[in-house]
Amino acid sequence: MARIAGVDLPRNKRTEIALRYIYGIGPTAATKICQKLNIAMNKRVQDLNEDEVNKIREEIDKNWQVEGDLRRVEGLNVKRLIEINCYRGQRHRKGLPTRGQRTKTNARTRRGRKRVTVAGKKIAPSKG
Amino acid sequence: MSRSLKKGPYVHKSLAKKLEEMNRKGEKKVVKSWARASMIVPDMIGHTIAIYNGRKHVPVYVTEQMIGHRLGEFAPTRLFKQHSGAEKTAKQEG
Repeated sequence: MARIAGVDLPRNKRTEIALRYIYGIGPTAATKICQKLNIAMNKRVQDLNEDEVNKIREEIDKNWQVEGDLRRVEGLNVKRLIEINCYRGQRHRKGLPTRGQRTKTNARTRRGRKRVTVAGKKIAPSKG
Repeated sequence: MSRSLKKGPYVHKSLAKKLEEMNRKGEKKVVKSWARASMIVPDMIGHTIAIYNGRKHVPVYVTEQMIGHRLGEFAPTRLFKQHSGAEKTAKQEG
């Protein structure tokens, strides 16, 4: 029922937790919103009354950047880095980590699933 | 910890001096610099700075968007030559 910022909140979770289903609302933001609006954090979403839901909706609309808007801003930031051709931009372009992490191993979040070199398949002597 | 605001952005002294002089005279020429840690400040917009990357000076034209970044971010110190056998995947992507 509680549809906030284009996302359906799970009904049988605590408000504090359910709010995190919105992109851009994490633990900190969820707690702050509950405290500001004087809503008990451990109240289930289905127990919220209409008034409380509207209050949350209003608060998020006014004071938080969430979902599509946030994604757009992030995209623009990345685009800017790529355009000015700085180190971070180049890393974004190549799809590698931008904050100096190692890439000899790991970094799978940025690089995607591991590409397995197929043994026995004869392609000129080379490794990935 | 971030830098104290009282100090203002870090720009290497000699570089700041050269820029100031160029701005006063209104001339534009390429300035060589080794100060990769210097922050890009509004004074530098429109100038071309040749930033040292450990081997040579890379000319970089400074635009408004670059403000707040460091000079070194625009002159990579490492050269990545493609992996052998990576050409196939590169072609597919590009």
